[in-house]
Amino acid sequence: MSANSISSGVVCPGGRGSGGNTAGIVRACTMRLNLSLACAILAGALLLAGAVVSEVIAAPRDFRLDLAVQDRPSDDGSSLILSWSTDPAVLTLPTGVVLEDDPQIFIERKTEGAVDFLEAGRTTISAGRFQDIELDSRESYVYRIGLQPATGGMVYSEVSMAASPKGNLFRTQRVNALVAVLMMGGLVIAYIMAARRGAKLFIRRISGLDQIKEAVGRATEMGRKILFVPGIVSVSEPQTLAALGILGYVAKLTAQYGTQLEVPNADPLTMASAREIVKQSYMEAGAPEAFHEDMVRYITQDQFAYAGSVSGIMVRDKPAAIFLLGWFAAESLLLSETGQSIGAIQIAGTAQVTQLPFFVAACDYTMLGEELFAASAYLSKDPLILGSIKGQDAMKIAILAAIVIGVVMATVGADGFVNWFTAL
Amino acid sequence: MKRQVPIMLAITASFLPVIAFFFPNAWINEWFNRKLDEWMVIIASFAFLLGIVSMVQVNLHKVRRRQKGWIFSVIILVSFAIMASCGLFGAQGERENGTLYPFTWIFQFIYAPMQATMFSLLAFYVASASYRAFRVKNMEASLLLIGALIIMFGRIPFGALIHPVVPDLAEWIMRFPNAAAQRGIIIGAALGAASMSIRVMVGIERPYLGKS
Repeated sequence: MSANSISSGVVCPGGRGSGGNTAGIVRACTMRLNLSLACAILAGALLLAGAVVSEVIAAPRDFRLDLAVQDRPSDDGSSLILSWSTDPAVLTLPTGVVLEDDPQIFIERKTEGAVDFLEAGRTTISAGRFQDIELDSRESYVYRIGLQPATGGMVYSEVSMAASPKGNLFRTQRVNALVAVLMMGGLVIAYIMAARRGAKLFIRRISGLDQIKEAVGRATEMGRKILFVPGIVSVSEPQTLAALGILGYVAKLTAQYGTQLEVPNADPLTMASAREIVKQSYMEAGAPEAFHEDMVRYITQDQFAYAGSVSGIMVRDKPAAIFLLGWFAAESLLLSETGQSIGAIQIAGTAQVTQLPFFVAACDYTMLGEELFAASAYLSKDPLILGSIKGQDAMKIAILAAIVIGVVMATVGADGFVNWFTAL
Repeated sequence: MKRQVPIMLAITASFLPVIAFFFPNAWINEWFNRKLDEWMVIIASFAFLLGIVSMVQVNLHKVRRRQKGWIFSVIILVSFAIMASCGLFGAQGERENGTLYPFTWIFQFIYAPMQATMFSLLAFYVASASYRAFRVKNMEASLLLIGALIIMFGRIPFGALIHPVVPDLAEWIMRFPNAAAQRGIIIGAALGAASMSIRVMVGIERPYLGKS
């Protein structure tokens, strides 16, 4: 082969001629040869790079799952929902790959433009859906699903389309809750305003609350102390707040009658609030000197150690009256039975449905659920608080009406009304 | 001012999570929900210190004055000192040779069995409370006794031997009359709690200020 003809078919311009400047022709041919080689190398490099890029953009898939990614509605823009087909006909695995029944799948995610996929979570193929949380709304994400066959290794699904999480202004699926909140708030405020205008509001007798004075009087006559147990949880629990409301009333009576009061606490925040309430009540009753901080004390946060300690106080000091009001769990029976065994008059109240039977069996008077929350209105006769109780009753009537309408609607097969209360 | 600032803080802090519940903004969620929770934990830690001080003061007072049951106060103070020292200055868990560090040992072999003992006492208390509750004094107590007998027999194999319908009857009582009564109490209690919360949120009731 001559120097001016190369295998690639590039022909030098002076190749066909004869008698030209040979050195110039050779130089020109060499330059063209170098250019061609450079082009070839560049083309090869581009082809190789293209192969890598195509590997990243469309990873080879071993099976198809009809992956779909969508923004999670009504969220703060931090999550996406990945769904896939659970139809066995769609899942076509490579030859020789065997899976167990309903295998675990590995959800893998990467931001668009990133090279590597990272594990986002695991679930089973029958779940059909995966919610990926704590994402960045400024990024786009693509997903694939990995499966681990019994033979080892990993097989991957197709890569999903890219999607970005988007934030929403309002959680539309909570419209029903918002309507209930506005309705309850509106009724309570309406009745409070009616009470302010002087409307007479009736509240039925609650025997447990009527007996408080009698219990304090009995303890005064017997010269024994009163034990007040405000449940075992913190002030963030409405039942504890209701119990503290009754504690204020009891403390005022003990201050007036000169009876000893003891309030053992299982929660330090409750203890701090209870101490302030008792102190305030003693001041309002004109007996601030009778108050001392040891009356309201902290025992322990441990449920059974607390129950043991309070039972010990009951057995040693034999209080004449015991109040068990607030949030209780398994210790309710331990406390109320010990109180029963020492012959104390016991007034209990809780909204814990599982503990109510124990209190009913072991205590003299029991406030059931809402009666505990009505205590502050009942005892104070404050029209503002009475108004809120009436508002609560009106809401109860609305709920009862909704239940009756719901039963009728469900019976005739119109589920729309019922579904509105469950999820939107 | 001493009263107005806490009331304003309470009203603000109680409304913010409600806003966060309906408006899913990331910033609102972070500040109105998570940060408030974190602050709650910090405040609770300080309150814990208050509780410990109260517990030590009351028991020291009892020991000094040799009040009734003062020996129990000595046990509390000594136990507290040992457990706190082990927790603060010693390691927890298992040593390399398989033995336990004092904190874990005390927890596993003293604290946990004592807890289990207290819990197991419930069985005896349930028996005595049931005996009192089921005494046939009036119509209601009689109904309670009959219902309880059906459920107790329905939950054991012997019930089916008495009559095959007993387990079904027990299940019916639990699923319908019992569930209906429970739901009634739950709805009432939930509305009571909501009403109580509204009163606290708008400042009508202020137990956090010592005013019931």
